[in-house]
Amino acid sequence: MRKVAIYGKGGIGKSTTTQNTVAGLVELGRKVMVVGCDPKADSTRLLLGGLAQKSVLDTLREEGEDVELDDIRKAGYGGTWCVESGGPEPGVGCAGRGIITSINMLESLGAYEESEGLDYAFYDVLGDVVCGGFAMPIRDGKAEEIYIVVSGEMMAMYAANNISKGIMKFAQSGSVRLGGLICNSRAVDNEEEMIGEFAKKLGTHMIYFVPRDNDVQRAEINRKTVLEWDPKVKQADAYRGLAKAIDENKKFVIPTPLEIEELEKLLMDYGLMN
Amino acid sequence: MATATKKKLVQWAPAEVKSALLEKYPPKVGRKRAKQIMINEALQNETPELTANVRTIPGIITMRGCTYAGCKGVIMGPTRDIVNLVHGPIGCSFYAWLTRRNQTDAGPDGENYMNYCFSTDMQEQDIIFGGEKKLAQAIQEAYDLFHPKSIAVFATCPVGLIGDDIHTVSKNMKEKFGDCNVYAFSCEGYKGVSQSAGHHIANNQVFRHLVGLNDEVKPGKYKINLLGEYNIGGDGFEIDRIFKKCGITCISTFSGNSTYDQFASSHTADLNAVMCHRSINYVADMMETKYGIPWVKVNFIGAKATAKSLRKIAEYFGEKALIDTVEKVIAEEMPEVEAALAEITPRTENKTVMMFVGGSRAHHYKELFDELKMKTISAGYEFGHEDDYEGRQVLPNIKLDADSRNIEELEVEADETRFKPRKSEKEMKALEKAGYKFKQYDGLAADMDKGTLIIDDLNQYEAEKLVELMKPDLFCAGIKEKYSIQKLGVPMKQLHSYDSGGPYAGFQGAINFYKEIDRLVNSKVWSFMKAPWQKNPQLSASYNWE
Repeated sequence: MRKVAIYGKGGIGKSTTTQNTVAGLVELGRKVMVVGCDPKADSTRLLLGGLAQKSVLDTLREEGEDVELDDIRKAGYGGTWCVESGGPEPGVGCAGRGIITSINMLESLGAYEESEGLDYAFYDVLGDVVCGGFAMPIRDGKAEEIYIVVSGEMMAMYAANNISKGIMKFAQSGSVRLGGLICNSRAVDNEEEMIGEFAKKLGTHMIYFVPRDNDVQRAEINRKTVLEWDPKVKQADAYRGLAKAIDENKKFVIPTPLEIEELEKLLMDYGLMN
Repeated sequence: MATATKKKLVQWAPAEVKSALLEKYPPKVGRKRAKQIMINEALQNETPELTANVRTIPGIITMRGCTYAGCKGVIMGPTRDIVNLVHGPIGCSFYAWLTRRNQTDAGPDGENYMNYCFSTDMQEQDIIFGGEKKLAQAIQEAYDLFHPKSIAVFATCPVGLIGDDIHTVSKNMKEKFGDCNVYAFSCEGYKGVSQSAGHHIANNQVFRHLVGLNDEVKPGKYKINLLGEYNIGGDGFEIDRIFKKCGITCISTFSGNSTYDQFASSHTADLNAVMCHRSINYVADMMETKYGIPWVKVNFIGAKATAKSLRKIAEYFGEKALIDTVEKVIAEEMPEVEAALAEITPRTENKTVMMFVGGSRAHHYKELFDELKMKTISAGYEFGHEDDYEGRQVLPNIKLDADSRNIEELEVEADETRFKPRKSEKEMKALEKAGYKFKQYDGLAADMDKGTLIIDDLNQYEAEKLVELMKPDLFCAGIKEKYSIQKLGVPMKQLHSYDSGGPYAGFQGAINFYKEIDRLVNSKVWSFMKAPWQKNPQLSASYNWE
């Protein structure tokens, strides 16, 4: 089983990209579990056709210790397993600690056992690596390959660089590696070249360039992945391509994060090229 | 073989001891520690020479406690009719419960919660989702079970990390109850550099939420508050006995054997007598600004110091009746003290002692050892600040660091209706002219002999090294140090919780202390530390390669 975590700046499209890619992997005949690590619990909405999921932490709170695997995971599009870690209301408690608890819970309930026949476990993680709890999926080998969703915007690249620092730290003591950058295009000037160069400097590669297309939003309004909503549109092929690239990916590295000056220079070089 | 003739105390110059203490440290650590070790010259300097109230260097096994210990354990722990509810995992409450031997007498009302251990017992669920609801529930439960006048809530480390708003929860519960004052202390253990930060936080909240709530005038003459007396081993009971005999009315003690109402009416007293300067001077200052109550430093540890402090209080009120009664009481109490000294001092004279305790205690107890004619060869505080060592005149020149700035400083103004100078300006001037000193504390250094070692925040390694080098006849500190010192063959007295003894304050307390110290320093037990064959082997041999 491959254990994959998707990181990236808040609002960059991690959940959307993850679910559409998972739909692509399903087409390739893969068995996938998606674990949402965001207190908003909206990481599996497109696979489930709505926010129908009761989170691990809510279940744990209501049922006490007596929790079964079927209480916390639901079957979604194409036989995927969907789990939401959940967490506290904004402004209270500790969401990071919640993620640690729920991943441990899934493990002790046997969600990752060989008998489950999983090809992939996907972690969709909130925002930046803000504290120990959010780094949980890349610690202790919970996730072994990381993909960072990024665009050509400064703050997205800055976040990607920061996440690389986190991966580097944990890679030295564990098995986690960076699998590549996924460019979720914002139609910035020279975006593809710039992210390609950024990836090279990080010691990795841009695994796929996902063009900007409003079909993604149309599918989202219908609570569906693009592949389910209309398998024939161009954007569906983009996600099929990304799924295939991940499925065939062999390049896993310990990243070499950039100094801030280096990152800014990159932006200047590509942003002012025209 | 290690039977070498080790250098004895007389052969060690203080500078040699200091460099021997620092020898093993890496250079940077050594430089830092050097600033916290002072060879005393008892100068009244304006700028502090000794560095204190700074972070302990990681890796050093410090004697210090945490901010929560200072707030919940020291300041609020000794009060009896306030429910002290700890918001946190159970251990924080359990291990801070009744460990300081604060005694209490529940009196006619019988209201005493000191023998209960209250906690919200935080679980993982509460960390993740926040513990505010559980806290509100715990406050409600305590209220329903006991109907106390007041509930105090204490934050432990995780509460600060997850950001539970304990102040709002407390305020809401207070409004809901109507007849129970609920307030909270943000005294997370990690704040500040030692328990001292916890004292300050406690002082602020006591002043904000308790002092001044009851304007009712209490009966009695010569009304004072005794600040910084925690009734350990019954010290407060002995001081109360003496006050009663002298006709002095103690409105409130902060906080030995104290009650909610004592705090609430403390602003009706006419003088604040401050014992432990470090833990409580903040309240004394704030009460002077807001209500016009002057404060003086006193010390009821040591018979002579007790007499001196009583005379100081009497001189302030300046009435002949009080002055005469105080003299009469001293004359009545002293013969027994002197008889005990006459019997005991021949056995204690010239014995040596080291004390590393508190933020005022090391200074106070020097009085008792002076009376026993024992020599204090080294002393220091765990959590004292520069002014506790070198006197309040260094206050303007203490550099505030980020750790100190992190602790709230209350802005206090004179109360519009209740500010009342206890003495006219003329009267105050006359007293000062006659040599009377308000707000004065000269610190430990002023009373230590020239050439003695004053060491701040002593640690495990240095303590053992000091004992090894200077071989004192007695070592005084707390429970953490007790057994390691005894293993070195030196008697050890706890001056935080008094082991199982006390009271040691006042006149009767002094006699108790003399007897206890006599027992400790003249015990034969320490001569049995080595087995006979270790001292006089029946056979001796050497390796043939030697």
